[in-house]
Amino acid sequence: MKPRAAVFKFASCDGCQLQFLNAEDELLKLAGQVDFVYFPEARSRALEGPYDIAFVEGSITTPDDARRIIKVREESHYLATIGACATAGGIQALRNWADVEQYRRVTYPSPEFISTLSTSTPISEHVRVDCEVWGCPVDQHQLLAVVRSLLSKARPVLPAYSVCMDCKRRGNVCVVVARGAPCLGPVTRTGCGALCPAFNRGCYGCFGPADDQNMESFARLLASQGVTGDDAVRRLRGINGYVRPWRETADAIAADKK
Amino acid sequence: MSEALHMPQPALEDLIAMLWREGFKVLGPVARDGAVGFDEVRKVSDLAVAMRDTQEPGRYRLGQGAAGEIFGVVNGAFSLKPFFFAPEETLLEAKRERRGFKVSEVAPVAPPLAFIGVRACDLAALAVQDRIFLHDRFHDTHYQARRKDAFLVAVNCARSAPTCFCVSMKTGPEATTGFDLSLTELEQGFVTRSGSAAGEAIAAKLGLSAAGQNEVVSAKARIDGCAAGMQRGLDPTDLPRLLYAEAENPRWKDAASRCLSCTNCTMVCPTCFCHAVVDQEELDGNMSRRVRKWDSCFSLEHAHIHGINFRPKIENRYRQWLTHKLAAWIDQFGTSGCVGCGRCITWCPVGIDLTAEVAAIRAHPVKR
Ligand code: SF4
Ligand code: SF4
Ligand code: SF4
Ligand code: SF4
Repeated sequence: MKPRAAVFKFASCDGCQLQFLNAEDELLKLAGQVDFVYFPEARSRALEGPYDIAFVEGSITTPDDARRIIKVREESHYLATIGACATAGGIQALRNWADVEQYRRVTYPSPEFISTLSTSTPISEHVRVDCEVWGCPVDQHQLLAVVRSLLSKARPVLPAYSVCMDCKRRGNVCVVVARGAPCLGPVTRTGCGALCPAFNRGCYGCFGPADDQNMESFARLLASQGVTGDDAVRRLRGINGYVRPWRETADAIAADKK
Repeated sequence: MSEALHMPQPALEDLIAMLWREGFKVLGPVARDGAVGFDEVRKVSDLAVAMRDTQEPGRYRLGQGAAGEIFGVVNGAFSLKPFFFAPEETLLEAKRERRGFKVSEVAPVAPPLAFIGVRACDLAALAVQDRIFLHDRFHDTHYQARRKDAFLVAVNCARSAPTCFCVSMKTGPEATTGFDLSLTELEQGFVTRSGSAAGEAIAAKLGLSAAGQNEVVSAKARIDGCAAGMQRGLDPTDLPRLLYAEAENPRWKDAASRCLSCTNCTMVCPTCFCHAVVDQEELDGNMSRRVRKWDSCFSLEHAHIHGINFRPKIENRYRQWLTHKLAAWIDQFGTSGCVGCGRCITWCPVGIDLTAEVAAIRAHPVKR
């Protein structure tokens, strides 16, 4: 029998779950292997759990989210987060350094209807997560590789080394060395295949921190390129800013400035 | 060494055209994205003509060079490595059959390549890779398929980059072996020599005359001047022993405080051969590809074996790289793994310089 899969959405842009639907050539094969019994973005049929595999997109930003993710976990045998929001809190985790109460009053005409948490947090801060697929958005090949591994009853293995390795395999000229441009590649996990450096731009860090990185040295490198203070903080807090090594480094730079 | 011939500049144009006609894909140093790299050339003007590089630890810039100078840029971002040891390639495919599965080797598609403008250090590196991939009776068929028909036109260096240290590694700046043709650029054309039967045949077809005595002298003077002016060096004295003995030298920690563990040094190094082999399954599970990709001892996964990682810290990995490159390599392959091309120095984003690290360890040993 095909495994029953579900795709859940929390605070997110839908870009990651769209990677399933963007997998045009593979879509038929995917449907042949997995039964998406709950996938509101793709089909109106919505079946109850339990689910064999849950793909969770988005971060936890409301009290309701926080309750719902616990239910999702209870109903799911295997839970994989997909994307920067679910895995790291996403760009919306910028609120973790801001006054959300003030945002609420300024942004909405009737703030009393808005029930929100003061933070945006990754799924792993709330429930046990079996697999994290990084990226903003996730890479389609990685996503399908996770599905395939699960079908083969193998533990999914995603590379966690730096973007630089794929950058060099691809034959890009390093923008740091040849142009002095800031690039998060040395401390970022691969996944995109070094897309931005291939177009002569520095990496933005979409896939979060690599499995081991030297943030102190990297902060010095940024500083030597003239990227200091707010500029450095913004780069590190951009997409995966709430994840620990980057959060701590950005916080330290911000504290230094004061 | 074979007889020195005079090659007027237009004959270089003929050489390129002739190699294409002989069935080679011709590559040479071409400027792209702010650096020089081997890319397709159809005519001399495709090359990085009248350009110069400035290189220092962690920095590379291309700028204007002397008018008319064809090989003014010393060495580029990439060596010959990617052309023979592919960054990523499928080795075999396994297809599901009614019963069991069938494995078939994927033969590399390899048009013969001709390279114009190969530096002595890169030729030495190719010889090192040959020892690795074409050792004894064990031949890497994919490497061999691309390597066997390659035609190599060396260029002797008349200028070195500040990151070069081939003199101390005894690999340059003059190409003495491993090429088909070698060129030394002069104001008016080149002094050329052939280093193989294939090179001799091509030189004969070009109809070159013997070089004049003054040309030979000034070609030698240029190479000697380059060697004499080389700024960097790595003292190889007693190297395997020194590095083995200094496994606990505090300098490893010091280097690790700067090292990003980004893998760039190993990727650009023309001799590094580490690779990972991964299986990539089709979604329907009916086909799987076995793919080989460049890997690096700087990645954490590289030292991950069943249940344990034996090089968990950057200091372990930096030491592994340098000790293998400069010491264990000699035990393993009878040659140093470093040819002194300086790429790992230039292309390290934080400019870590192995010659400085070795010198620091030598100056402050903890074991005597
Ligand atoms: S461009 Fe960025 S990702 Fe590519 S090698 Fe340089 S630092 Fe690494
Ligand atoms: S290391 Fe030597 S052979 Fe290589 S580019 Fe520099 S001077 Fe030329
Ligand atoms: S270790 Fe550095 S200098 Fe030596 S061959 Fe490799 S890249 Fe060139
Ligand atoms: S020595 Fe430089 S290039 Fe090599 S891993 Fe460390 S930081 Fe990266």
